[in-house]
Amino acid sequence: MQNLLRFLLRYHFTLLFVLLEVLAFLLILQNNNYQNTRFVEFTRNLEGSFYQKTMKVEQYLNLREKNRQLAEENEELRNYIAAHLQTGEDTFRRQVDTTYDQQYSYLATRVINNSVNKQHNYITLDKGRYDGVKPEMGVVSGQGIVGVVRGVSEHFSTAISLLNSELRVSAKLAGSGYYGPLQWNGGDYRYAKLGDIPLHASVHEGDTVMTSGYSAIFPEGVLIGFVEGYEEKGGRFYEVDVKLSTDFKRLSHVYVVKNLLKEEQDSLESKIPAND
Amino acid sequence: MINYLPRYILTFLILVLVQVLLLNNVQFSGYLNPYIYVLFILSLPFETPKWALLVLAFILGITIDLFAHTVGMHASATLFMAFLRPAILRSLEPRDGYQLETYPSIRDYGLNWYFRYAGILILLHHLFLFYVEVFKIDLFFQTLSRALLSGLLSLVLILLIKLFIKK
Repeated sequence: MQNLLRFLLRYHFTLLFVLLEVLAFLLILQNNNYQNTRFVEFTRNLEGSFYQKTMKVEQYLNLREKNRQLAEENEELRNYIAAHLQTGEDTFRRQVDTTYDQQYSYLATRVINNSVNKQHNYITLDKGRYDGVKPEMGVVSGQGIVGVVRGVSEHFSTAISLLNSELRVSAKLAGSGYYGPLQWNGGDYRYAKLGDIPLHASVHEGDTVMTSGYSAIFPEGVLIGFVEGYEEKGGRFYEVDVKLSTDFKRLSHVYVVKNLLKEEQDSLESKIPAND
Repeated sequence: MINYLPRYILTFLILVLVQVLLLNNVQFSGYLNPYIYVLFILSLPFETPKWALLVLAFILGITIDLFAHTVGMHASATLFMAFLRPAILRSLEPRDGYQLETYPSIRDYGLNWYFRYAGILILLHHLFLFYVEVFKIDLFFQTLSRALLSGLLSLVLILLIKLFIKK
């Protein structure tokens, strides 16, 4: 017993170091593998309310710019409504039965934490489970797509940003309709790479890249960015450099996209026998 | 020692706030993230008990982690640095030892000494941190260059702070 005590006293520095370091690594592993453990949810709430407070100050400084962006978006939406009313679309039915032909609904949220300088970037939003946010919902801004919701707590949620090398989005070229996976490569936060475009597809600089709508997360045709350049990859496909339309360094107002028919589509597709 | 307690608490708070509110939001071209909060560990007195070094490092790291969304990473790196501090101090000890009533600072031991002391510890901290951050990805050289460049930037910032703010 005395020997044990003497040993502990003598090596207390190293022992304490090992103990705390093990604790730190347990936290890292827990945090990486199980996003929804209670501890992370706790820190997320704490952090959420903290950033909400600092964000309030920051938002005053950006009001002019945000007003301009919102006004632009309003104008676009008004034009869209006007154009569709004139074509004589049946708008009455839409109000009676919202699931009849409306597939997506949008929830306006604010970004309260965001990063662009890590390898795995995440965004924190100020709406959570109580507002109907669920994992696997898409996140878009007025400028283009932003990411996909991953973790949800009562009042906050975290979304995996498009600037995260673990997120792949199905994207297509607006002109030709050829599609492939779009992924960020961990470098410049303004660019992403679109792969698997066949060599016979005609690609031009400045072409629009948008979501394909195949994943049931994003509606079809949400802007992603524009073709900046392309090169042959492996002799069979083009790899296209896409300049992202969303400015990830200035995100503040975004929308969570709810696909009202997602369950129906998923359950139907799960019945197809997989034969890749 | 007791007299300096409020000052160290204040240093702790200011460094955490500057790191979390300012530096974590500023991006110096894609790769560089300076972490100046380690200045707290650098400036602790020579006679700080070793266990206190570790406990303080852990608290400091976990505080930064809470706000940077990286639970455990900064804590593990700061612990690593605090663990090596006594050994580094011993290896840089002047011939007549460290005097009573002095601090590990530029004023007491000169710019040359401080540059080596802070440089080595910041480099160790940054290397540990950046490799823990990528963890599963094997971008060895990219991570190395990010750690080295960020470490250099942190060192410059810390030297500037020490030179211009006489504490």
